Amino acid sequence: MAHPTTPSPGVPGEDATRRNFLLYATSAVAVSGTALALWPFIHSMNPAADVLALSSSEVDLKPIAVGQSITVTWRGKPVFIRHRTPEEIKAAESVQLFDLRDPQPDSQRAKKPEWLVLVGVCTHLGCIPLGQKSSDPRGDFGGWFCPCHGSHYDTSGRIRKGPAPANLAVPDYTFLTDTTIRIG
Amino acid sequence: MRRITVTIVAAAALAAATLGLSPSSASAHEGPALEKQSWSWQGFFGGYDPAALKRGFQVYREVCSNCHSLRLLYYRNLSDPGGPGFSVEEVKKIAAEKEVRDGPNDAGDMFTRFARPSDHFAKPFANDNAARTANNGALPPDLSLIIKARNGGPDYVYNLLMGYKEAPPKMVINPGMQYNTVFPGNQIGMPPPVSEGIVTYADGTKATQEQVAKDIVSFLNWAAEPELVARHTLGLKVLGFLFVLTILFYALKIQIWKRVH
Amino acid sequence: MSAPANQNKIIKWVDDRLPIFTLMQHSAIEYPTPRNLNYWWNFGSLAGFMLVVMILSGIFLAMSYTAHVDYAFDSVERIMRDVNYGWLLRYLHMNGASMFFLTVLIHIFRGMYYGSFKAPREVLWWLGILLYLAMMATAFMGYVLPWGQMSFWGATVITNLFSAIPVVGSSIVTWLWGGFSVGNPTLNRFFAFHYLLPFVIFAIMFLHVWALHTVKSNNPLGIDVKGPQDTIPFHPYYTIKDLYGIGLFLMVYLFFVFYYPNLFGEPDNYIPANPMVTPPHIVPEWYFLPFYAILRAVPNKLLGVVMMFSAIIVLFFLPWLDTSRVRSARFRPIYKQFFWIFLADCIVLGVVGANPPEGIYVLMGQIATFWYFFHFLVLLPVLGKVEKTRPLPDSISTPVIKKSMEKA
Repeated sequence: MAHPTTPSPGVPGEDATRRNFLLYATSAVAVSGTALALWPFIHSMNPAADVLALSSSEVDLKPIAVGQSITVTWRGKPVFIRHRTPEEIKAAESVQLFDLRDPQPDSQRAKKPEWLVLVGVCTHLGCIPLGQKSSDPRGDFGGWFCPCHGSHYDTSGRIRKGPAPANLAVPDYTFLTDTTIRIG
Repeated sequence: MRRITVTIVAAAALAAATLGLSPSSASAHEGPALEKQSWSWQGFFGGYDPAALKRGFQVYREVCSNCHSLRLLYYRNLSDPGGPGFSVEEVKKIAAEKEVRDGPNDAGDMFTRFARPSDHFAKPFANDNAARTANNGALPPDLSLIIKARNGGPDYVYNLLMGYKEAPPKMVINPGMQYNTVFPGNQIGMPPPVSEGIVTYADGTKATQEQVAKDIVSFLNWAAEPELVARHTLGLKVLGFLFVLTILFYALKIQIWKRVH
Repeated sequence: MSAPANQNKIIKWVDDRLPIFTLMQHSAIEYPTPRNLNYWWNFGSLAGFMLVVMILSGIFLAMSYTAHVDYAFDSVERIMRDVNYGWLLRYLHMNGASMFFLTVLIHIFRGMYYGSFKAPREVLWWLGILLYLAMMATAFMGYVLPWGQMSFWGATVITNLFSAIPVVGSSIVTWLWGGFSVGNPTLNRFFAFHYLLPFVIFAIMFLHVWALHTVKSNNPLGIDVKGPQDTIPFHPYYTIKDLYGIGLFLMVYLFFVFYYPNLFGEPDNYIPANPMVTPPHIVPEWYFLPFYAILRAVPNKLLGVVMMFSAIIVLFFLPWLDTSRVRSARFRPIYKQFFWIFLADCIVLGVVGANPPEGIYVLMGQIATFWYFFHFLVLLPVLGKVEKTRPLPDSISTPVIKKSMEKA
């Protein structure tokens, strides 16, 4: 009576629809279960709690004299903090927006005009532009100059000449007091 | 049906055998039987009581931290979900009570600054040798994992804290040591740390010896297993899901195998 | 059997150049499997499933682990506390090792009960033993990596065993250590091998399945397949049965992972390794306990090591030591009793291994060790010749047909 059968997919009869429903329901649950099970593995590669905890740095601005720049490390990258001179501020504010490849008014880039905070990574291919030390070349616009492929940034860190497509990035920062900022 | 019964019986026997064979329960020579307590995190729906953890942290801060480090914890853990539940602002204040070494600065010098939430808990001693010198040669162990590092876990630590009794009449206690009912060898270098009224709880709870011991053990269990609440919650969901999926698999299996029976 | 009828063009294109689809069809879909397999046959696929889980969890753990004596312990704690779901990865891997051994041990005992090691499955059996040996090496080295007290001292005790080898013993131990005691060079090379061996296991498992598919599966009756009426295709019958088995198994496994993750472990391993302090009781993980017991049962160091390795080596000869013509214990009433006694003996050896070699445990260990070798070297050869076995059924499908005819 019990013949061994190689099951053929389309066996007619009431059993067929019931089996199909069960098959679909089970497959759906199993597949979604597998996807849910994979999530912890994927998420484990996202930044861990200790990395996230170090994602902000506080900087004391008092030691930086007018006309001086310092470089701090933030999230593994250099951040330029410059105490701008009045001339540099004036030059930055008086640039016409239509002259800029990446138009941004200076007021949008500096919370207080005398303090400029920039991520010191050239937006072309990632080199660190020169201009932090007084002996460094500043480029044609008095700001920063990237030696790798010749991008020139002005006193607001905006791209003026050379292959870089965008201005030097301004990181998220807040003034905790008049003389301390928190970056990130 | 018979197969399911056999499987379940086999699994149960297996669980019994493993519980019997597991090293933590196998050796009866490990010491006297521990008075088991009921802990809030036991069982399927167990979790931590933030109020108890806060009290336990107060005990750690005021009593234990004078000798024992908690080096695997960060101050920011105090505001993590599933823990004591301090706010971010409170944690900043707690951290800033301690000073930590940092540096070198641009001049090449090491300096001290106030601790931040992202720092590890400050250590009472600079290193093990300094700790030994300050404690008659005994090294107060770090407490981050103490609950997991001892047979009997929380019950062991609780019984130890409550176990400073009168030594039996004939027993010789070595100089600098105390009698303890559960510590291996029954002599411990630590003077009784927990007694009635040793702290005045911020939340007004009466600080009996039992209460203080329970609170510090709860805090230390959280310190050793901060993921416990998340683990139990996810576990319930996962096992529930699997239960449903396994039933579906079983139904499908019966359905398919009808063709050959 | 060849390509399925309704092949689409892309599948055919690939298959003509590398017949992976034909291979899948042949070995996972059409593979003729005896129709009477019981649930003890699920444990092979469960073991394979665990291998995948261990490799997956291991790789993700390796992304955050640092194999250096000054950082290893803390890197594992970082995984537990800071890495997203790190605690889950760690507990999956830690308990997965126990479950992996559990499934494999049940799989081995199934083979011993039903005579799956007998001709023509000798090479299949040997590949299985090689897999077991590779698993033990992998697990041993893996346990060292967290660099806890048990990691360090377990490594010290076991590597020291090789000094028992006459003449070259201590040079070998120095060579294994990369130094004059277990230290950083040891930890680093153990990490390298621990990462490597699972892929070797994967390759041997491929050979194991290949050998199986060449001689075809055994079955609870232990009699050969006589024709297509005795078999059913692997898919969908055993695919769904294996999936159901995985569901049940996962519930047990994950119960431990989520609720009792440290049950199989040793509290001392949550203490950072200290070469100056020996723990009062050095105990290996539970799956090594029987071998640990055999090692300590013999008072002589070299002989103890030899006996411990012999306990595995004797398994290679099992197809010839067991002289019975009948495969399955179902039809061997005397052997069946001795099988259960042997299983009990292994559990006794495990209990002995968990306890310090004092008091009653010394005698227990010696008796249990004696019985272990007696079972293989004396009992099985003799029993096969003298045992009166029960009559075998004509074929696999006869009992099934009879049963359904009685129903009709």
